[in-house]
Amino acid sequence: MKVLVAVKRVVDYNVKVRPKSDGSDVDLANVKMSINPFCEIAVEEAVRLAEKGIATEVIAVSVGAKQCQEQLRTALALGADRAILVETDESLEPLAIAKCLKAVCDAESPDLILMGKQAIDGDNNQTGQMLAALLDCSQATFASELSLDDGKATVVREVDGGLQTLELSLPAIVTSDLRLNEPRYASLPNIMKAKRKPLDVKTPDDLGVSAAPRVTLLGVELPAERQAGIKVEDVAMLVDKLKNEAKVIS
Amino acid sequence: MSILVIAEHDNSSLKPATLNSVTAAQAIGGDIDILVVGSDCQGVAEQAAQVAGISKVLVADNAAYGHQLAENVAPLIAEVGAGYSHVLATATTTAKNILPRAAALMDVQAISEISAVVSADTFKRPIYAGNVIATVQSSDAIKVLTVRGTAFDAAPAEGGSATIEAVASAHDAGKSEFKGEEVAKSDRPELTAAKIVVSGGRGMGNGDNFSMIYSIADKLGAGVGASRAAVDAGFVPNDMQVGQTGKIVAPDLYVAVGISGAIQHLAGMKDSKVIVAINKDEEAPIFSVADYGLVADLFTALPELDAAL
Ligand SMILES: Cc1cc2nc3c(=O)[nH]c(=O)nc-3n(C[C@H](O)[C@H](O)[C@H](O)COP(=O)(O)OP(=O)(O)OC[C@H]3O[C@@H](n4cnc5c(N)ncnc54)[C@H](O)[C@@H]3O)c2cc1C
Ligand SMILES: Nc1ncnc2c1ncn2[C@@H]1O[C@H](COP(=O)(O)O)[C@@H](O)[C@H]1O
Repeated sequence: MKVLVAVKRVVDYNVKVRPKSDGSDVDLANVKMSINPFCEIAVEEAVRLAEKGIATEVIAVSVGAKQCQEQLRTALALGADRAILVETDESLEPLAIAKCLKAVCDAESPDLILMGKQAIDGDNNQTGQMLAALLDCSQATFASELSLDDGKATVVREVDGGLQTLELSLPAIVTSDLRLNEPRYASLPNIMKAKRKPLDVKTPDDLGVSAAPRVTLLGVELPAERQAGIKVEDVAMLVDKLKNEAKVIS
Repeated sequence: MSILVIAEHDNSSLKPATLNSVTAAQAIGGDIDILVVGSDCQGVAEQAAQVAGISKVLVADNAAYGHQLAENVAPLIAEVGAGYSHVLATATTTAKNILPRAAALMDVQAISEISAVVSADTFKRPIYAGNVIATVQSSDAIKVLTVRGTAFDAAPAEGGSATIEAVASAHDAGKSEFKGEEVAKSDRPELTAAKIVVSGGRGMGNGDNFSMIYSIADKLGAGVGASRAAVDAGFVPNDMQVGQTGKIVAPDLYVAVGISGAIQHLAGMKDSKVIVAINKDEEAPIFSVADYGLVADLFTALPELDAAL
C-alpha cells in the first residue's frame, strides 16, 4: 500500500521563542529549525510499515518555503522513498495546508496518510482532521499504536480518559501521539543516499488551491511572568507556608 | 450573535468542561444554545437545560453518535453550526478530534484553544508551548473555536431552564468503528478539574514509587499528574501527562516532584496559582516558576510530607 506522510518544518523544540521588538510576530531570525517532532514519529511509523512489507511506497510531503526541502531530505534519510514540496512563501493556515495536501492525495491516492497530531509552533492540532474532512475519509488522531490487516487499520488512541481503540476502513488518516514509536536517527550513508532521492516541487497554484488567509495575526506578547518564589528549608517550613501564607491547604 | 456550545459528556452526565465554554460564550455575548450529540443522552440534555444562561438545548440522539466518532459527529455539527455565528467546545481530546473536521466541512479556519475573548472576532491563544500569546482575528462568517478550559471559569451548572429540542439528522459514515476502551478508574478528582494536583516525573524512579504521591494526593484530595518522561517510562498511564501535548491544568496548588521543568511541561501547569517544586537539583528550571522550592531528595521529602499532613 501507498503511504503518504505530511511533515512540517518548525522551530526546534529546544528553542524558547520570543516576540519581535515591535510585537508583530515571533522572532525567528537565526533560530534552529527542525522537522516537527510528531511528524518525525509519523515518518518513523511509515518506514516501519515499509520494513514490514506493508507499505510499498512512502511519500513525504511538506507545504512551505523552499527551506522545507531540508526537512524533506531528513524524511528521505529516515527512509521515505520520494518527496513532494508544495512551495509557498506565505505562512499558510491549517485549512489551506489541508487543501494543498488534499490535492496531492487526489493525485497520489495513498491508502494511508500519516501526520503529526500537532505542530509545535502554532499548536493548532487541526490539519489531519481537516484533511480527513476534505478527503471524506476515516480518521484516528493521537495514535499510540497502529496495525494494518485485511484492508483495515486498527488504532489505539490516547484520549483524556485513557485509551480508545478504533477500526478504520482505508484510506485513513492517522495522527501520531508521542508514544507511537521512538524515531531512529538517520545514518550518514542514508543521509548521503537521500540527496539522490526524487523531490518534486509544486506550488499551491499548480494544485489549484487558493490560500487566502482567514485569520490575521494582530500581534504577539509574552505571557504574564510569574513572581520569583522562595526556597524553603525543609518540609515543615513548606507545610507551614502552604497552610498559613498561601492558604492552599488546611 | 448566536453561539452554539458543543456539550462534553459520556451519554449519561454533562461534563464540567462544557461549562468553561459557556463562560467563553458569555464573554463573546449573545444567545447561547448547547448541542448534545450522543446516544441515549436525554439525561445529558436535561442537565444542559439547567445550565444558567442557556436559551435552548438541541439534542441529536442516535446510536451512530454513541462513541463520538468524528466521521459521524462532524457533519452534524457542521449542519447545525451553519445557523450560528460561533461554534465553541472546550479543548478536550473529543473536541480536538471533531471540531477541526467540522470546521473544514464548513470551510472555516478554526481557532484552537483560545485563552481570552477580545471581541466577537478577535481572540488570544497561546502558541509555541505558551511561550508567547498571539492575538488573532477571524474573517470567517462563522467562528469555530476550541476553548482552553483553564482560562475560563465554569458557568453555574444550575439556575437555567432552557427548552429542549430534538435534532433528527443522523449521519452514519460507516468508515470507522469503536472497538473498545481502557478507561482509568480512579476515585481521585479529575486532573483538569482538581483544586490540587501532585505530579511526579522521571525522578520518581519507577511506577511503584508513585504510591508515595498517591498517598499524599489522597490526604489533600488532589488529582495526580506526571511528566512525559514518567509516562514514556511506563511509571503511569498516558492520561496523566501534563504539558504542551498533554493535559493543561491550573489548580490552586501544583506540586511538581522529581520534574525538571522543561518548557513542554511548564506549558501545561504554569498558570497554577501556587507552584511547589521538590527536586534535588537546585539548578532545575522548575524552581524558576515555583513559589516554594524545596531542594531535597524526594525519597526523604515525600515521607516527611506525608507524615506532616
Ligand atoms: C514534541 C514534544 C512534546 C512534549 N510534550 C511534553 C508534555 O506534554 N509534558 C511533559 O512533561 N513533557 C513533554 N515533553 C518532554 C520534555 O521536553 C521533557 O523531556 C520532560 O518534561 C522531562 O520530564 P522530567 O522532568 O520528569 O524528566 P527529567 O528532565 O529527566 O527530570 C527529572 C528531574 O528529577 C530530579 N530528580 C531525580 N532524582 C531525584 C530525587 N531522588 N529527588 C528529587 N529530585 C530528583 C532531577 O534533578 C531532574 O530535575 C515533550 C517533548 C517533545 C519533544
Ligand atoms: N506546512 C505543512 N506541511 C506539511 N504537513 C503539515 C504542515 N502543517 C501541518 N502539517 C501536518 O499536520 C500536522 C498537525 O499540524 P497542526 O494542525 O498545525 O498542529 C503536522 O504534524 C503535520 O503532519
